[in-house]
Amino acid sequence: MAEATFLDANELVLNMGPQHPATHGVLRVKLRLDGERVLGSECVIGYLHRGVEKIAENRTYAQFAPYTDRMDYVAAVTNGMGYCEAVEKLLGVELPPRAQWTRMILAELQRIASHLLWLGTHALDLGAMTPVFYTFREREEILNIFENYCGARLTTHAFRIGGLQYDLYDEFEADVRKFCDDLPGKIDEYEQLLTTNRIWMERTQGVGVLKPDDAIALGVTGPVLRGSGVQWDVRKAQPYEAYAQVAFDVPIGRHGDTYDRYLVRLQEMRQSVRIIRQCLERLEPGPILGKVGKIIKPPAGTEVYHSIEGPKGELGYFVVSDGTVNPYRVRIRPPSFLNLQALDKMIQGQLVADVVAIIGTIDIVLGEVDR
Amino acid sequence: MKERLRKIFLVDLLRGLRVTFSYQRPSATYTEQYPLERPPVAERYRGAPRLNNHPVTGETLCIACNLCALACPENLIVVGWQRTADRKKKLTTFTYDLSRCMFCGLCEDACPVDALELTQDFEIARYSREGLIWDRKQLEEGPAPTRYTR
Repeated sequence: MAEATFLDANELVLNMGPQHPATHGVLRVKLRLDGERVLGSECVIGYLHRGVEKIAENRTYAQFAPYTDRMDYVAAVTNGMGYCEAVEKLLGVELPPRAQWTRMILAELQRIASHLLWLGTHALDLGAMTPVFYTFREREEILNIFENYCGARLTTHAFRIGGLQYDLYDEFEADVRKFCDDLPGKIDEYEQLLTTNRIWMERTQGVGVLKPDDAIALGVTGPVLRGSGVQWDVRKAQPYEAYAQVAFDVPIGRHGDTYDRYLVRLQEMRQSVRIIRQCLERLEPGPILGKVGKIIKPPAGTEVYHSIEGPKGELGYFVVSDGTVNPYRVRIRPPSFLNLQALDKMIQGQLVADVVAIIGTIDIVLGEVDR
Repeated sequence: MKERLRKIFLVDLLRGLRVTFSYQRPSATYTEQYPLERPPVAERYRGAPRLNNHPVTGETLCIACNLCALACPENLIVVGWQRTADRKKKLTTFTYDLSRCMFCGLCEDACPVDALELTQDFEIARYSREGLIWDRKQLEEGPAPTRYTR
């Protein structure tokens, strides 16, 4: 840890948060400062703890699904998808193809929505007011598709164990296609606003550098890990659903700074559009629900760990069954919680104003950190 | 040299401003004038619950099977019934605690006769917690959204 240089250890402890607009929720960071420079930090979490894992033990398998939406509330679809897939793996249920492609389309739309929200708020933190209006406008299109599909915009509860509850609405394909056609042009506009903007480059380049070795040692996943130049994506490494059948690239960064992570996320949105287009091609009429009984009772003593690539990183569910209708234990590996552990490493030696940039670049959602 | 010229002539700034000004025209407005204009919600929207009556006879469709209460993750539905003379179940009371509802739609899915339904009404704020506990009468009538006038 760095030592204070100014007037011999004249350290100042500053509490940033829990009520601070740039911490994206109720995160409290205790900063040890030497003037404007950060010597070290300590995160205090738990302000949004709701005991989701304990709730799971008192609910049936199907009843717990809506609660997973409330962990990472800006990416509810992927959260629900991870849980449903874990239970399906536990039961050994095969999904019908239509359900698989639909899930992939919605999950990729959710990834775009999550990245759009991140881009807008991150730019807002760094003083760029304009992008947030544009990203929310595009996100609105996605949320309208969700609302038309499953009747809710944010906490969607879109999937059921074994497939889907609702079949696609009539204009779904047209809506998604229109969105896919529009989005790349819109991303170009964000790039015009930010990528070569000198203020944006000054605020992000070389800020919060995370070396690949450190990133792996800290268990960081998702765009933060890929921004450091490690090519790791659960969709490629351990394909789930039908990701093995679609072609897409995994963008990586070179320097591991905030700017690279920004570029990685923008590229990911473009790749998601590519995936959605391929999924739409393969979408055919058919059943949407696999063979699952009314009462879900996995065999006693079975356990499963299943992870998916959420918008923020590897989202894992560890489900243990004791043969009853309630799970014996559900342990959730949230990406935000583990990515947050890299904060101290990235923050050291930076200025206080850059702390805002670094917290933003990790893309944490406190609902998921505290669960 | 090229880089320097870009800096001197503020090319990046102007490119950004071009994007901003291209959305200044009134047809690019995206704002909704709520509550003067209510947004149309989707057909499948999950909002305030309603207990449906038969459109012709006016009798309740609910068969008091209690499946919604069992499906609810928050245990907020209480179904009361009585046995009639021919041993059939007859619905007496139905309580729905909206303050705990998370609009997951599991009760609606569980209902075998489409009696319980989450409707498109989304204005369900109340001034007290008690106001959010709806009894059978309120559920059958549905909410009465306030019409704001100038």
